[in-house]
Amino acid sequence: MSALSRIGAVTAKEFKQLSRDRMTFGMIVMIPLLQLIVFGYAISTIVRNIPIAVVDNSGSAVARAITEQVRVTQVVTIVGHYATAAEAEAAIVAGTIRAALVFPENLSQRVAGGEPVGQWLVDGSDTMVSSALLALRTMPLHLEAGVPEGAYQATAPSFEVALFFNPERRSEVNIVPGLSVIILTMTLVLFTAVALVREREHGNLELLITTPIHPLELMVGKLVPYIFVGLIQIIIILGLGWLVFNVPLQGELHDLVAVILPFIAASLTLGLLLSTIAATQMQAMQMTFFLLLLSVLLSGFMFPYDAMPKAAQYIAEILPATHFMRLIRGVYLRGATAVQLLSDILWLLGFTGIMLTIATKRFHKSLD
Amino acid sequence: MTELAIRVRALSKRFGDVIAVDGIDLEIPAGQIYGFLGPNGSGKTTIIRMLCGLLTPSGGDVRVLDLQIPAQAETLRRKIGYMTQKFSLYDDLTVQENMQFMGRIHGLSRSVAAGRIEELLERYALSSMRHRFASAMSGGQRQRLALAVATLHSPTLLFLDEPTSAVDPENRRDFWEKLFDLSDAGTTILVSTHYMDEAERCHQLAILETGHLRNQGTPQALLAQLDNRVVEIAGDNLRQVKERALRLPGVQSAAQQGVRLRVLLQPDTPDPTHYLREQLADNHLILTHTRPSLEDVFVASTSGGDKS
Repeated sequence: MSALSRIGAVTAKEFKQLSRDRMTFGMIVMIPLLQLIVFGYAISTIVRNIPIAVVDNSGSAVARAITEQVRVTQVVTIVGHYATAAEAEAAIVAGTIRAALVFPENLSQRVAGGEPVGQWLVDGSDTMVSSALLALRTMPLHLEAGVPEGAYQATAPSFEVALFFNPERRSEVNIVPGLSVIILTMTLVLFTAVALVREREHGNLELLITTPIHPLELMVGKLVPYIFVGLIQIIIILGLGWLVFNVPLQGELHDLVAVILPFIAASLTLGLLLSTIAATQMQAMQMTFFLLLLSVLLSGFMFPYDAMPKAAQYIAEILPATHFMRLIRGVYLRGATAVQLLSDILWLLGFTGIMLTIATKRFHKSLD
Repeated sequence: MTELAIRVRALSKRFGDVIAVDGIDLEIPAGQIYGFLGPNGSGKTTIIRMLCGLLTPSGGDVRVLDLQIPAQAETLRRKIGYMTQKFSLYDDLTVQENMQFMGRIHGLSRSVAAGRIEELLERYALSSMRHRFASAMSGGQRQRLALAVATLHSPTLLFLDEPTSAVDPENRRDFWEKLFDLSDAGTTILVSTHYMDEAERCHQLAILETGHLRNQGTPQALLAQLDNRVVEIAGDNLRQVKERALRLPGVQSAAQQGVRLRVLLQPDTPDPTHYLREQLADNHLILTHTRPSLEDVFVASTSGGDKS
């Protein structure tokens, strides 16, 4: 009986402490809520609304009719038109579109001959996206009213498909750079989130703020070592990816560095901001975990960004992981240059500046 | 007239509904060791934190080293040293590394810092353990290191917040020797404590209770206030005697110390020994007039003196 009573005492104490720790309590509610919404509502494994462009070399009504039929499948969203296939390819590399539908000059002859009417140029790095587009290859085409029913007898698939960057459709191609995003988010945010909290818990902060040190000096000084931590980690991840999983770097090394550094900076300053909010190391870890969960689910690591509903995309846009996901896949898999991906880089730099400013503002040199 | 290191007028601090410090006036002369004596929760730490600009006062006027605080706290930070209750050392840095770090934070040049560090390692008997981690040090050693770190940049004003709470009496005596050395060299030292023996060593004392300044002056002056007010009683059944004594109108407090009962009488009681002997009317008791102690001063000054 006394054993039961002691268990009861511990349980009651634990409940009391749990109900007083608002952060933990919030997590208990928020994590299932978030997971359910993201998995149940935001995440659809049926990929829709893939942004594509059309390159119409024929300038014909048939091309417009076929384009319309492709559009109404809702698998793709036509976001632009390019004059040449080369321009479309550049847009794929830059990540503005995932695929381009190219109609040849001799479109009417091909229609008459029952040959494939056009070619899909597809960014194959994300296998979920490329699968959805590959499904379009054999879609039945109904050509316009002028052509009698059945006049177009396809003897071949409707389209030809050129899979860029990952012709064998290996999933590790997409996973390896994606994993670098997740691992960096996890470790860098966590390290810095506990950094200031630890100083506070040990009483070092009380002494530091009676010295002439400026909050910004303290913040930047604490961050610098972790830049190297981030670099070491990414070398390990991408190096193993290359050696073991045979996913080589397509882009230039300096472009890779140019996209990695802004992300490291953004993650570290985000961690620092959490550090000014969290009262204990435990809270800092919980906040990091929550952020990591969002990053895994919404950054495009597990599910294609394009397939997510608008609301989820807006949330994803706030996360540094989403931007870095585009950057690292762009440079690493498609050989994009930093200049082509400038908007995401600028976003990360802006994010860094904002986080550092807020963290510095929040960190008063007083104990009030 | 002596120069003032700290001048405080009507200082107060509220935390929500709690008034931690309530309208305190202080004048602390330069070059002295000034003590804050008070129990936990009396506002000692809060006052120290306000004086070095860590907390913003809710009201009042604070001038420290001729600087308006908190407005000029940044300038003040170059001139003060602060030793926190927790000592604020980095456990995973060695003695020397802790000192080097703080030296650079205070903006000392490498050569100046190196010289100061050697000097202080020597002075505080830390030379032999310069490569030891702070976590592996005893309470007394940590205390000396914390003092070395706090005085690294040769501050003119030193704040020590309960510096000896985790230290044995011998180390405490040693520590005070170091403080007198510093004071001798012109450093003003403000130290908070709840130990009477420690308070007795200060040049001047402020007795604090629940955020109020109850009494201040030199220990000698404070003790003189109680001349002729303390009577010691020896005998049997002291617990009962205490109960009886406390019921007497002229008695402010009574506390047993071993085989003796120490009775503090209200001011202006003529011949307290005679008064008590008459009132208690017990031939087995031996009553002697005795010299007041600082604890008596503390009890007389605070509400703890109201018949407890």
